[in-house]
Amino acid sequence: MKIHIKNGRLVDPTNGIDAVNDIFIAAGKILAIGDAPDNFHANRVIDAESLVVCPGLVDLSVRLREPGHEYMATLESEMGAAVAGGITSLACPPDTDPPLDEPGLVEMLKHRAKNLNLAHVYPIGALTQGLRGERLTEMAELSDAGCIVFGQSDVPLTNLRTMMQAMRYAATFGFSVWLRPQEASLTNDGVAHDGEIATRLGLPTIPVCAETIALSNIILLTRETGVHVHLCRLSTLDGIELVRAARQQGLSITCDVAINHLHLSEMDIGFFDSNCHLMPPLRGMSDRDALRNGLLEGTIDAVCSDHAPVDEDAKLLPFGQSEIGATGVELLLPLTLKWGIEMRIPLITVLAKITAAPARILGIDAGHLSLGAAADLCIFDAEQYWRVVTSAIKSQGKNTPFLGMELPGKIKYTLVNGQIVYED
Amino acid sequence: MISTNPQLNRSGELQHLLTTEGLPATILLEILDTAESFVGVTERDVKKIPLLRGKSVFNLFFEPSTRTRTTFEIAAKRLSADVHNLNIAASSQIKGETLLDTVNNLSAMYADMFVVRHLQSGAAHLIASHVQPDIHVINAGDGSHAHPTQALLDMFTIRRYKQDFQNLRVAIIGDILHSRVARSEIHALTTLGVPEVRVIAPKTLLPAKVERLGVHVYHDMAKGLKDVDVLMMLRLQNERMQSANLPSSEEYFKYYGLTQEKLSLAQHDAIVMHPGPLNRGVEIDSAVADGKQSVILPQVTFGIAVRMAVMSILAGN
Amino acid sequence: MNIKPLQLPEAEQLFSDLVSKIRPDINENVALVGVRTGGVWLAQRLHQELCLTLPLGILDISFYRDDFDRIGLHPKVKPSEIPFEVTDSHIILVDDILYTGRTIRAAINELFDYGRPASIRLAILVDRGERELPIAAQYVGAELVLPSGKMLNLQQGDDGKLSLSLYDKQLPE
Repeated sequence: MKIHIKNGRLVDPTNGIDAVNDIFIAAGKILAIGDAPDNFHANRVIDAESLVVCPGLVDLSVRLREPGHEYMATLESEMGAAVAGGITSLACPPDTDPPLDEPGLVEMLKHRAKNLNLAHVYPIGALTQGLRGERLTEMAELSDAGCIVFGQSDVPLTNLRTMMQAMRYAATFGFSVWLRPQEASLTNDGVAHDGEIATRLGLPTIPVCAETIALSNIILLTRETGVHVHLCRLSTLDGIELVRAARQQGLSITCDVAINHLHLSEMDIGFFDSNCHLMPPLRGMSDRDALRNGLLEGTIDAVCSDHAPVDEDAKLLPFGQSEIGATGVELLLPLTLKWGIEMRIPLITVLAKITAAPARILGIDAGHLSLGAAADLCIFDAEQYWRVVTSAIKSQGKNTPFLGMELPGKIKYTLVNGQIVYED
Repeated sequence: MISTNPQLNRSGELQHLLTTEGLPATILLEILDTAESFVGVTERDVKKIPLLRGKSVFNLFFEPSTRTRTTFEIAAKRLSADVHNLNIAASSQIKGETLLDTVNNLSAMYADMFVVRHLQSGAAHLIASHVQPDIHVINAGDGSHAHPTQALLDMFTIRRYKQDFQNLRVAIIGDILHSRVARSEIHALTTLGVPEVRVIAPKTLLPAKVERLGVHVYHDMAKGLKDVDVLMMLRLQNERMQSANLPSSEEYFKYYGLTQEKLSLAQHDAIVMHPGPLNRGVEIDSAVADGKQSVILPQVTFGIAVRMAVMSILAGN
Repeated sequence: MNIKPLQLPEAEQLFSDLVSKIRPDINENVALVGVRTGGVWLAQRLHQELCLTLPLGILDISFYRDDFDRIGLHPKVKPSEIPFEVTDSHIILVDDILYTGRTIRAAINELFDYGRPASIRLAILVDRGERELPIAAQYVGAELVLPSGKMLNLQQGDDGKLSLSLYDKQLPE
């Protein structure tokens, strides 16, 4: 299908473009930017006047809930929600049921996803069998099946020797290891940040050192093994400082922050709002501010949605018993834009955090509008505000702490491989 | 996101009693003043008044407790209400019925008031935010968060013996970290204008940034008790030894238990309080618990009057 | 029945009249109970004038009212004090104004929760009629018919002197 997108504001962080221009698509690829190629007869013309045209968003953590958790959400519903959020490539964590530790499971997931013809799905392979933190998975086989990186999702890897060996093995093949820095025994039964709010609410807590101690372990083992590590969901000021120091030493480390932690703090828990029951927990205001600055200054490379749809009943429980997580795949763009507006950052820098940077972290050829690249695009109205209400959320999970808020950024079209997979 | 005070209705009247935090002094004092009238009822022939006749009070105790449940039951019956006890610890929770399903089923049976005790902080707030407008919820203790009726009966007791809140030094001694009673007491004391509220505990039994609640922190009991007018002891639970908060109850008693000797460091007419049940020889010496400065038994009597006051005020709003 | 539409009588005169009506029936077994709030000053004055042996009782009927569901609990509830044995006693209930009769109904119910009195009589300064229950006073200072929309108030001045005044009835919101 030949598509001509005209008069849009093209913003491509990778190629440093921010200009109004036309873009031409054919055979699933970006054919031309600027003037129409000879004999180009568009099947579809999209008028992108006053809209932004950017590379399709890359989301580093989207739980699709299949296999195993279909009562929470399905592949169809979550993939539909992802493209409605402008996301064209996504990584899904291995904590499915069963976990993604077998090539067969990975192939099936990739196959199911491919048939939906929506976004590109990159399953994160389990680092250890069953995510149990004891035996290594067949990372090379899993890689052949389609896993490009390996991780433990939220399941702690308590045995440091196993962590070291897993890193060494991954490094052998040049695979990245993705880890969430949260030390299990210091987490204990904690559900909230060890601060004033948890003290008032009487909630068991997770101290900052649960993150910093885990980070120190990971950083030192990274140095030991030479693996590339991606740190998932930073949440503390102290943690950012450790990452900064490690990078200054030249270690191969990247890290991300979830949209929730970019905007919210422990204060938002209010009267036990279970939509704020997240891992890592929402921390203090100074942590939140450090995350916002860390993303700007580059110590934090990218933002992700950390999408975790949950069925309604699982949130209608006392805070500590409620299911952890927030839906967010449709809020990745709006919340990133909001951060950018509040911090007064140019749009091209803002969009890099959800296009070029995550693509680089994931190691995929995406997140740019180069000639000849796959036509994965997102077209949105940066000026249009919309209200986050249950009926506006396409994901099966309506569990978001941003319910009721007005956010900027309305996706108008999403294209994957040159096909319009979402239209407002 | 934070909205208006879930305990108050649009006119600023008490709709639910969930926590002493965020309640203005006028409401706390209204409860204490109303309770004065109920103390006398127990001295009459007919110990009942007809105020809540025809109303149904459901005791929803997800965390078992005979003492507290019984005092609420007595209070409700003295108000002529019909009382139904549900110990849900076992039955429906195992069958998988959710907390809110249970509440909805009971509401359909014309419940007017729920008295709720639960292991999880925030349970009472959850229930209160999901009941019909004319149903009232009283928090009888949720996790480590709040136990407002205990704090109110403690305030009533203090007022009976010390009259004026504005001139007191009050010390709360024990496991503040895990105590819903301590949190509720701290909020009530500061709201009522007590100028100095102290907490005395080892570092392992204090929550983060506790001083932000408006308390002075002491680890040394001798220093902490100096010139104190009211001592509020907290119960120490055995689990604390298991979870590496304390080495032993013996060492705890030596440094944080209340003995006659330590009591003498406080004001000579200081009163000793305890929410019960007592762990004699752990947080308090028998001689002190049974001694002339102890007001532990009056606390129990006042507890019924205060709970009657809370139910009456809520039922009328 | 004396009909006095607008001219309010002197409260002190009514008080004297009431005292002379009650005095013949007083002996050492009679107890006086004032109904809060209007009946309290009156009962205190009567108790003094009539030189009663048994101590004065005060009843707060807040918990026995029949309008709890509509208006809730009165914010200024105070404890009732009945410092004598109610069972087998001869009680004279005292209130300032008798109107619908509901206050007295509540007072009688409350007294019966203290014990079984031998008799209860009612002493009232002003009976303004318009009864909604079958309640009658044995000792009445005066009967008055009030204009519609007006309520009667008994006050005690700083010098202790009683006086009557009218005020407008507040319509329910």
